[in-house]
This record gives sequence, structure tokens and C-alpha cells, in this order.
Amino acid sequence: MQAKIAKLKAEIEEKLKTRETGRELYELKMYFQSALKEIMSGMKDLAKEDRPAFGKIVNEFKQGMEAEFERYAEIVRKKEMEKKYAAEQVDVTMPGRKYKAGALHPITLVKNQLIDVFAGMGFKVFEGPEIETDYYNFTALNTPEDHPARDMQDTFYLAEKLLLRTQTSAGQIRVMEKQSPPIKILSPGRVFRSDDDATHSPMFHQMEGLVVDKGITLCDLQGMLAEFAKRMFTSSTKVRLRPSYFPFTEPSVEVDLSCSECGGKGCRLCKGTGWIEVLGAGMVNRRVLENCGVDPDVYTGFAFGMGVERIAMLKYGINNIKALFENDVRFLEQFGN
Amino acid sequence: MKAPFSWLKDYVDIDVTAEELAEKLFSCGFEVEEIVYLGEKISRVVVGEVKALTPHPDSDHMQVCVVDCGEEYGREIQIVTGAPNVYVGMKTPVALDNSTVCETNPAMLEKNPDGVKKIKKGKLRGVESFGMLCSGEELGINDDFYAGAEVNGLLDLGKETVVGEDIKKVVGLDDWIFDISVTANRPDCQCIVGIAREVAAVLGKPFKAPDYSYTEQETKEAEIEVEVLAPELCPRYMGHYVENAIGGETPAWMRKRLALSGIRSISPIVDITNFVLLEMGQPMHAFDADELGGRKIVVRRANNGEKIVTLDEKEFSLTENNLVICDGEKPVALAGIMGGLNSEIKPTTKNVYFEAAKFARDSVRKTARALGQSSDSSFRFEKGVDAYTTAYGMARALHLIEELGCGRVTAMKCDVCAVSLEPRKMTASIAKINALLGITVPNAAIEDILTRLEFKPVIDGDILTVEVPGYRDDIDGYPDLAEEIIRMYGYDRLTPTFLEKASVTGGGLTDEQKRENLLKDVLKEQGFLEAYNYSFYSPKDFDLMKLPEDAQERNAITVLNPISEELSVMRTFLCPSMLQNAVRNIRRGNDEGREFELANAYFACELPLKEQPTEKRRLVLGVWGAKCDFFDIKGAVEALAETFHIKLTFVKGGKAFLHPGISANVLLGEKAVGYLGELDPAIALSLGLDKKVYLAELFMDEIYGEADTAVHFTNLPKFPAMERDLALIADEKLTCAEVEEVLLRSSKYVTKARLFDVYRGGQIPEGKKSMAFTLTFTPPADAEKAFTPEVLDGFVKKILGNLKFKLGIELR
Repeated sequence: MQAKIAKLKAEIEEKLKTRETGRELYELKMYFQSALKEIMSGMKDLAKEDRPAFGKIVNEFKQGMEAEFERYAEIVRKKEMEKKYAAEQVDVTMPGRKYKAGALHPITLVKNQLIDVFAGMGFKVFEGPEIETDYYNFTALNTPEDHPARDMQDTFYLAEKLLLRTQTSAGQIRVMEKQSPPIKILSPGRVFRSDDDATHSPMFHQMEGLVVDKGITLCDLQGMLAEFAKRMFTSSTKVRLRPSYFPFTEPSVEVDLSCSECGGKGCRLCKGTGWIEVLGAGMVNRRVLENCGVDPDVYTGFAFGMGVERIAMLKYGINNIKALFENDVRFLEQFGN
Repeated sequence: MKAPFSWLKDYVDIDVTAEELAEKLFSCGFEVEEIVYLGEKISRVVVGEVKALTPHPDSDHMQVCVVDCGEEYGREIQIVTGAPNVYVGMKTPVALDNSTVCETNPAMLEKNPDGVKKIKKGKLRGVESFGMLCSGEELGINDDFYAGAEVNGLLDLGKETVVGEDIKKVVGLDDWIFDISVTANRPDCQCIVGIAREVAAVLGKPFKAPDYSYTEQETKEAEIEVEVLAPELCPRYMGHYVENAIGGETPAWMRKRLALSGIRSISPIVDITNFVLLEMGQPMHAFDADELGGRKIVVRRANNGEKIVTLDEKEFSLTENNLVICDGEKPVALAGIMGGLNSEIKPTTKNVYFEAAKFARDSVRKTARALGQSSDSSFRFEKGVDAYTTAYGMARALHLIEELGCGRVTAMKCDVCAVSLEPRKMTASIAKINALLGITVPNAAIEDILTRLEFKPVIDGDILTVEVPGYRDDIDGYPDLAEEIIRMYGYDRLTPTFLEKASVTGGGLTDEQKRENLLKDVLKEQGFLEAYNYSFYSPKDFDLMKLPEDAQERNAITVLNPISEELSVMRTFLCPSMLQNAVRNIRRGNDEGREFELANAYFACELPLKEQPTEKRRLVLGVWGAKCDFFDIKGAVEALAETFHIKLTFVKGGKAFLHPGISANVLLGEKAVGYLGELDPAIALSLGLDKKVYLAELFMDEIYGEADTAVHFTNLPKFPAMERDLALIADEKLTCAEVEEVLLRSSKYVTKARLFDVYRGGQIPEGKKSMAFTLTFTPPADAEKAFTPEVLDGFVKKILGNLKFKLGIELR
């Protein structure tokens, strides 16, 4: 009996060393258990008094072997993992798999950034109609019918007194008619001018700002635009005002920002001047305030208007305004953050 | 406005360079868009005197010259020339070795658009030549610019010129032309004198006014009577009779000024009218007085159908909206635009009737547009001419008549003026001016600036009194004075402040605006790119989209003056724009894409348009590619419905431009809120598209009305939801929505029923289909235990019973 146990022990120990997989190990364990069963079945042939001693031997043998199996299970697991690791290799330089997200249009991005800058300063957003009356687009803005400034803008007409708004300034009047000062509004939207060439699009977007309150000054306009320039461009962007003319503001100014490309030294973008024309602004014309029932002797205000496309083109380096309206997937995808 | 530097110097002692002057003008509101140096192409060309001439040994037309170019460049320079007019003692421009002149050979000009020709020493048929003798053309000048410049051959300079002198100084090419952008409020600066006044003000130098003096002499001729019947269109009309006019040559100085402005000399009288327009900004006209019938001038509206032939021999049929100048019988000029052929100045003209007038800008503009006829004069009137300058224009013209000796200024004249010429006095509070600016400009500076601008200011305490110059119709109130002050004082002296006195206001977006941002974010998450299209498209798009003749969408507002037919109707729906986006992308090789646009469509209450139309918010989606199908675009619509917490239903049907089998109307309750589907393959075929395109359009105003963007949170159930898959045999005609509805209604614990497979054929009988659903059973939040399999079996049993009873569906 003991010889049988010794033989089985030697056999199992030998085989254990060569087991490579959990499966082989399991099969060996099955074999061991059936062999052990067979040995134990020989117990009935033993004398009654010998049985406990033998039982003890078998039990010890069994426990010892099971510990061995445990030990080898760990070894085999390690071997198996090593094989798995060796087999499962990826080329980490291969492209990843990603969910393709969409993107907002650069006009929306810039519009949202502008709203963000000015909303923090207390501006509400107002959107007026795109098809306007002659009154809101021109007359109320101090541009009566025979006014020279009407020639400045080529207007699309839909009927005698109805037109596609040429400027978001039309929204100023609608707000001032309904609301009394203090007023701080921002009016973004589509505007239209009969101009279609390499640098003009017949439809584009403006963002109009209006502040009306007591004691508003030209210095305030400059201060606010300086803040805008810093937040939209860089902290070192400078603002320059120079005289200009708009019928609805007086004094009127053209606002230049120091060139973001060269920092003011002069480059191709700024045509060597160091400055880029970005927006028009001025102190709201007294007649405009009067037209809206605001007393110009009590209140003053300023207004500014900028082209959203122009800012987007400057910010992102887009060189062709037409590209903004072609909606080419390859163009739009680049604005997906 | 183009102003030659040399001309401005007539009125102001300018002691700064052209660049410095441009900078100064820029700072006070006159942007100089370009400074052109006239001598840009010419370098190292000097006056030389031909000292000796010998025939070229190898040529029968060339000659070898010895040229004296002065101490600096050489006393004996050998140059070969082929010019026939060369002679010993001639003074002529010499292009030295390594010089540049204007290219005159048309073939070379084509290759070299700069138009600069380089001159280097070289051999001409074996004889060395150290430069070139030049013609006027090679200097880029004509007879008007410099007398004799158009002679065929060398430019024969006067004897008084000095050898070695820079030719640019000699012929007047050492000059700059400023191209100045003048804002619409300053028509007074559309002339040399106007710009010169600004130059004087900004440099702080005196303005030297042109000479307006002349002497009137008696005339024996009968009076010409002037009558203005339409003063609203002609606020001022001045006439002056000049007799004994003589032709001949206009003096060089005036011809050169005209040449600098691109105007050719015609005759002294005509040149004076052009000169006064440039110099004073006052358009002038000269009639041949002997051609005026009835010794009369009548300024009136034309009779309907009345005809006139203008100087350029074009005939126009007029209406009562056109202002004409008539003699006793007939129209002799189209007021402010062009004179009539019947009274034009001819070389034989003896007596001249000069006209200087202010015609209403709007009238001139409308007539010029309506007739398609314009001139330098009409351009000027359209910008606005002031009645004050009219008299100065006339006086200047009469002075020039005397100066040029080309006529006798008589005392026969008229001045019909319907407007006040009294100087306008204005008072303003200095405190208010400073309050508008935000800084305190010292009184002395205010006084100085306004004096320089000829406002004659008087300051008494806070009260500023000015006399507005007659040419400044734009000055209207104290803010205008504030602007005059700050533009001269300097915008760089403002100190930025941040709304020091303003009230605090709450800012930001309205709920509607926030909702639009949310919508865009959801679509971005769904992989859509945002598009922006024009608000107008072509009426042909309606045909392309196969819209029936009576389709609502055809009731579009049209642009009266479109750029082209392609951009002539306002959008009534956005699908055509999105289709164009897809087509453009596919043609460019962008085989797959998802785009959306959120924009307005425009709806007229009646057509033709009478009142402001309604603008409605529309969302259009476009999906194209080889792998996509109807459910890609539907999924995006469903994602929006989930965000807005609305229940949309999809009913088969749709629009004429969609595939009849693969399209649906979108309903919110009973209301139609949009449609979606595959682009009709017939349209795809006509566009040559090899990819499928799916379109959806949603009426956002309707959807926003029901939208709820709040977050609705439910606490999680203690026990997990359980799923069961059911494969059902259903009639082919049954829709997913019909089965889904029964599934959801059969048990309150079914929180989701999702179709995951449809199968036909195999063991499935003809006319039937297998539909596999995953049902989700969610225990209530307060349930005490999870659903056991037995409980679920009970639910399923009940569901199957309902399916069989209501829809005849069997378990597979």
C-alpha cells in the first residue's frame, strides 16, 4: 500500500512540474483523485486495527498533495498569464477609436464669446427682426431718406418701406422704445448688404452694443472697449480711437486694435500699420435718443457695432469670408474644440 | 478724394513730409488710403545737354551723342540714340547707367506689370552707350503735364533747365497724390480747398484762400432773365454773363493741375469749370449764350416725355422727377448732371453764360440713377454741395476768366437763392461738451481749435458761442462741436474709464436664448456640425425640390434688387440650403457628414409684401453618406425631443422632395412640427449624387412652446430593473409604434420597450415578420423586493395576451 502511495506521489510530483495550463492541472488532479480513491478502496482488505494508521497516512498524503496542487495552481496561473501577455500585444501607435462629436460654427463661437464678455458687464441680449422697416433701420437712426449716409450701405429692399436690415443698430431703437434707461443691451444677428466680392458677403453678422444712462462719456466707451479687446484677444491688445462718421452717433469713432499677429510692429495682416480696424462706435446721437423718447439732456450713451465674421477671421486666421458660408465639413470640423 | 501734395501747398505752408501729413490727416478723421509718389518709377534720370553728335558707323538712323550731365554725373557721357529730333544744344532727360524709367513697350508691359524699365550701359551695334535719352512717354507724362511731352522723340526741355538736375523736380514728378477717404458728413472736403482747410487746421497754419477777385464790366447785351420754378430741387442758382470769350491754349499750370486729377485740357472755358469743381468742389456749367433761345433761363421739372440730348450725344426721355435747365424754348441741360449738346461750348463760342448752382442731392441722385447718366458733377452733387460755396465757386471761375484773359466778365448776373445765407450762430455749454467727452479740455485749447476750424468761438464763462462756417452743414448740436474739439485735441488724450457713473444692471441671456444654446449643444453631441447659410436662395430651388405649384413654400418674399437670381427669394424653408450643403460637400469628396442650421424662415401675410412679415425659427438637419439611413437623422430628432421633454410621433408621409416610402411627418400631439426623410432618389439622380441624403426640418417655435428644459430627477429604485426579450410574429403591416404602444400599456412596470431586430423569411410565414423587443421592467422606487422570475412570467403572460387580443401577435 505504502509502495503504491509512494509511486503515486512520485508520479504526480513529476507530472506537476510539466503542467502548463489550468486544464492540464485540473485533469491531473482528477487522475490523482481517482488513483487515491483506488488506493483507499484497498483499505477494506486491511486488518481492522491497521486501518486507522493507514487512514492517517493516506490523509496526510492527500493533504500534502493538495497543497502541492495549490502551489502549482499559482505557478500555472502565472505561466498562463505570461503566455497571455506575450500573445496579446497591440501596436500602441495604431489610431484610437473615438466617437465623432460635432462642432459649433465659428460665428456661433465668437458670438458666444462676445456675449460672455459683455453679459458679465451687465448687458442683456436682444434679438430684433431681420426684415426691418425703413424707419427702424434708417429714419429713427438719424438717417432720413435723402441722407448721404444711405449711400454708404447698399440695401436690399423687399417693398417700398421694408428691407433686409443693414445693421443691428435697428435693434437699439426697438429696445429704447420699450425700456427706459439704464439700458445695457447687446444685439447680435444677421445683416444684409448688396455687396458680393472677395472680401464682402451679402449676408454677415453684427454684434451691436448700447449703453444709455446718466453721465456716460466717451472715456467710458474707450474703457469698455479696452476691456473687450483684452478679453477677446490678448491682455496686451491695445485700443485706438480715431474720428469717423455714423449718422446715429456723435462723436463717432473708428476703433482699431493693435495687431494680434505682430503685436503692433507691422506685418502683412495689418498692412504694416500695426493696427487693425475692428469696429465702429460713438456717443449716441441726440436725435436718436429723442426719436425713442429718451431725454438727451438727462441721458447720454454710447453704441458700438462690430462684424462677427471679421472677429472670427482675425481670431482663427480665416483668410476668406466666403469659407464661412460654404459649410465644408473639413472647415467646420476644425471648430470642435 | 485725390489731392496732389503740390496743390495743397498753394493754400497752406506745409512744413512736414507727405507721410507726416498723412499721419496728421488720419488723426483728425481723414484716412489717407494711399499716397502715390508720382516719380516712383523714375530714378537716376537727370537733365543733360547734347554737346556733340556723330552718325553711328553701323546704323543709318542712330546717332552717337556726347551729353553733359553736370559735375556730379559726368560732363562727357556717350549715349547712342535713335530719336530723330536730337540736336546739338538740346536739353533732354538722360537716364543714366543703372536708372529706371517707365516701360513703354506694350509687349514688355504685359510681362512686367510694374511698368518699370531698367537702363544699363551696353553696346548698341558695337558702340558703347552709357544710358538713354528719354521721351516724355518714358517719364510717364503727357502734354498737359509738361508741354511737349507727347512729341515723337526726345523730350525737349527748356533752355532754362540746369544740367544734372533731377528730372522729377524739373517736370513735376516730385509730387505725391493723397487718396483720402472722406466721410459722408464732410462733403465740403470733396475738393482741394476743403482738404487744405483741414490741413491748415491740423498743422496750426493759416489758410491762404484762393483769389476770388474780379471786375465786372458793362455790357450792351440784353439781359438774360432767370426763373427758378422748382426751388425745392434748386435752392440756389447763380448765373454770370461773360462775353468776348476766346479759345486758345489753357496755361501750363492749370493743365498740369487738371492732368494730376486725370482730366484732359479741352479749352480755357471748359477747363475753368473743371478746375473750379476740383479746387472748390462747386460744379460749374458753361452755356454758349448765343445758343440760348429767348434770352431766358428757366429751372424747372421736365415735362413727361420731354427729350434732351446731352453733350455725349445721348438722348434721354424725361419725367417730372427730372430737373432741367431750359432756355426760353427747350431744355439745355440736365441739371447738375450734364449740359445739352445744343448749347455746348465750341471753339467758335463768343459769349458764355456761367452757371453755379446748388441742386438737391437726392434729386440729382435719383435722376442720375433713373437715366443711367452720371458725371463728375453729378457725383459731387450727390455727396452734397452747400449754397455758401456756390458764390465762391462762381467768383473763383470769374477770377480765372480774368487771370487767363479768356473773356470779359460783365455785370449781367443773377442769384436766385431760396435758402438763408446768414451765418448760423450756435451756443453750447462747455461743461456739457466735457461731460460727453469724459475729460476736461482747457478753454484755451477749445478756443484755439475752433478758431483754426473757422468757427469764430467766443467763450463767456460756461457758454461757448460759435459761428458755423457756411460750408459746414453737418454741424448740428453740441456733440458735433465736441467731436470737432476732440478730433483736433487728440483721441489719445482720453483716459479710459469703466462706466464710473452708470447704474449696475443684470445681464445675460433670456431663457429662449439659453434654450437655443442647449439645442445646439445637443446636436453637437449627436455629431452634427453647425452650418450658416444665406437667408435667400434661388426660386429655381422650389422646382428642384419638386414643390407643387400651390405649395405654401412658394409664397416667398422676393428681394426687389437682388445681387443675382440665385440670391433673390427669402427662405420659406431651410431644406434647399441644407441640400446644397450636402451636394457641395459630396462634390468636394466629403463623403459623409452631419450638419444642422438654426435660422429664420420668412412668411409674408400677403404678397406683394405690405407689412413686416413673420420670422419663424427653423431647424434643418442634413445627414449624408454611404452608411447612414433614415434612423440616423431620426435619432437626432429623438435626442432633441428627449432634451426638451416632449413626445414626438412620426407618421408616414412627408414632402414632395422626400422619398415617399422613407419619410415621415413629425407631430407634437396633433400639431405638425416638422418632417424628415430621405431625399427623393429622383432628385438625387438629377443632382448626380451617389450618396444618400437625409433631411429633417423642425418648426422650432411650435416645439419651444411645449419644451421643458428643466432636469427631472427620479430617485433610483432599490432593486434593479429586469429585462426580458420577446420575439413576436406580427402582421407585416403593423408598425413598431403600434406594437410598442401595446407593450407599454400592458403593464405599468414596463418602462421601456425597444425593438432590436426585425426578421423576415425562414420559418416566418408569408405576410408576417418577426419583431424582437427588449422589455425593461422597473420595480417602483418604494418596492420591498426585486421582481422574481415568476412575477416577470406573470407580466409577460398578460402582455402576450394583450398582443394577441389587440394585434393578433403570437410569440415566435
